[in-house]
Amino acid sequence: MNHSQNEHTLKAFDGDLATLRGLIAEIGGRAEKAVEGAMTALTNHDLDLARQVVEGDKRIDALEEQIDRMVIQTIALRAPMADDLRELVAALKISGVVERIGDYAKNIAKRVALIDPAQHIDAARLLPAMADATRQLVDDAFTAFARRDADLAVAVCAQDKTVDDFYNSIFRALIAHMISNPEHVGAGTHLLFIAKNLERIGDHATNVSEMVYFAVTGQSMNERERGDDALAPGAD
Amino acid sequence: MLDNTATSSTNPKMSARDVKVFYGDKQAIKGVSIDIDMDNVVAFIGPSGCGKSTFLRTLNRMNDTIPIARVEGDITLDGENIYSSKMDVVQLRARVGMVFQKPNPFPKSIYDNVAYGARIHGLAPNKAELDQIVENSLVRAGLWNEVKDRLSDSGTALSGGQQQRLCIARAIAVDPEVILMDEPCSALDPIATAKIEELIHELRGRYAIVIVTHNMQQAARVSQKTAFFHLGTMVEYGDTSDIFTNPREERTRDYITGRYG
Repeated sequence: MNHSQNEHTLKAFDGDLATLRGLIAEIGGRAEKAVEGAMTALTNHDLDLARQVVEGDKRIDALEEQIDRMVIQTIALRAPMADDLRELVAALKISGVVERIGDYAKNIAKRVALIDPAQHIDAARLLPAMADATRQLVDDAFTAFARRDADLAVAVCAQDKTVDDFYNSIFRALIAHMISNPEHVGAGTHLLFIAKNLERIGDHATNVSEMVYFAVTGQSMNERERGDDALAPGAD
Repeated sequence: MLDNTATSSTNPKMSARDVKVFYGDKQAIKGVSIDIDMDNVVAFIGPSGCGKSTFLRTLNRMNDTIPIARVEGDITLDGENIYSSKMDVVQLRARVGMVFQKPNPFPKSIYDNVAYGARIHGLAPNKAELDQIVENSLVRAGLWNEVKDRLSDSGTALSGGQQQRLCIARAIAVDPEVILMDEPCSALDPIATAKIEELIHELRGRYAIVIVTHNMQQAARVSQKTAFFHLGTMVEYGDTSDIFTNPREERTRDYITGRYG
């Protein structure tokens, strides 16, 4: 349904929605930065940057709370209907999902100090590319929200398969590597968890996209549009 | 005819087909078709002047009282054309009762307000049966406990909310099949409003109920079906839950989200 974007008769309501969209953009941007920062810290073994990512997660948590409060307040005070209501419900769910993305990024950052940079594990060489693909999904999901773009939301869900494929490939390579190099099991396991975290972040980007699709169209994204959910080994 | 509205029901109590209403040269209703069944409370919403009250009044021929008003199209009650010359209008208005915006009890006792219709329609052959009708009606209208000890007090001495429930009891007393409510809560405070809304829930199923309301939250709370009127047309008619979460028509969406005008 192609809506006019007329203003509300009550202008303060438009103000509330604009503020909320700004907060969603901010939390999404921070989550994306956290993923990027954690992976840069991993690649460069940059413990300072890793600490900044861990520290920065507090701001993401605070934003989540702020968004939740604002959504509840807006529902109570403005009695929103139709697409306004759907957008608020989506914002509430998205804030929860982004908070999880932030947690995964923090988890990656925490592992940086635990991995000995002297131990070169070639099996994990695809991790930065997987991280790029994941970060792009997060970026696209929030662009879809900002533009109210249902097509882009569908595309994000389809793209998640790329991240799943990366995960499957890294999983197999790391397992094989650890079998032949038992002294690398510690670092290898950390890298495996990092890959798993990235895979989960990709899933959460698709959750955001599904919410965007619902907010824009009033429909749930159907299975076909969502694409097959490639079962990663050990997927939980 | 509107094709984009789910107007038909399998077993309608009332059916309107291509109803047009004119006030002199001015056309107030431009071809409305809708079915009203017993199982769903139907809410009519829309901005002032959209025709929702005018259309409601066609359902029991209240527009007959306006000399320049003219109604075209078909409206049936149990399949019978209510605008046919054979239709007894007094009888029709007993079968299709009405509750108005402002509570309008007669300046008579509470008892007589409720007994009035039953008396003129000859529904009670003796005092005991009349007493029973009065009690039953007041119980169903949720007013009995508040007035049972003062049935001879004047109806106009009650609070606004009680007066409105008295008017509902008065409509119920003649054993109607359909109850039309034209903004029944707009003069009431939130507590009295909640009592009327609760009453509507309880009356659902026993009577077909149509309510005109300016209060969209009220439409959302009390109805299962909602019709949105605009400029004399019925823009959209559907399940209330769909209308308020995902309306199909942009005009409906603009109105319910507060973007109208």
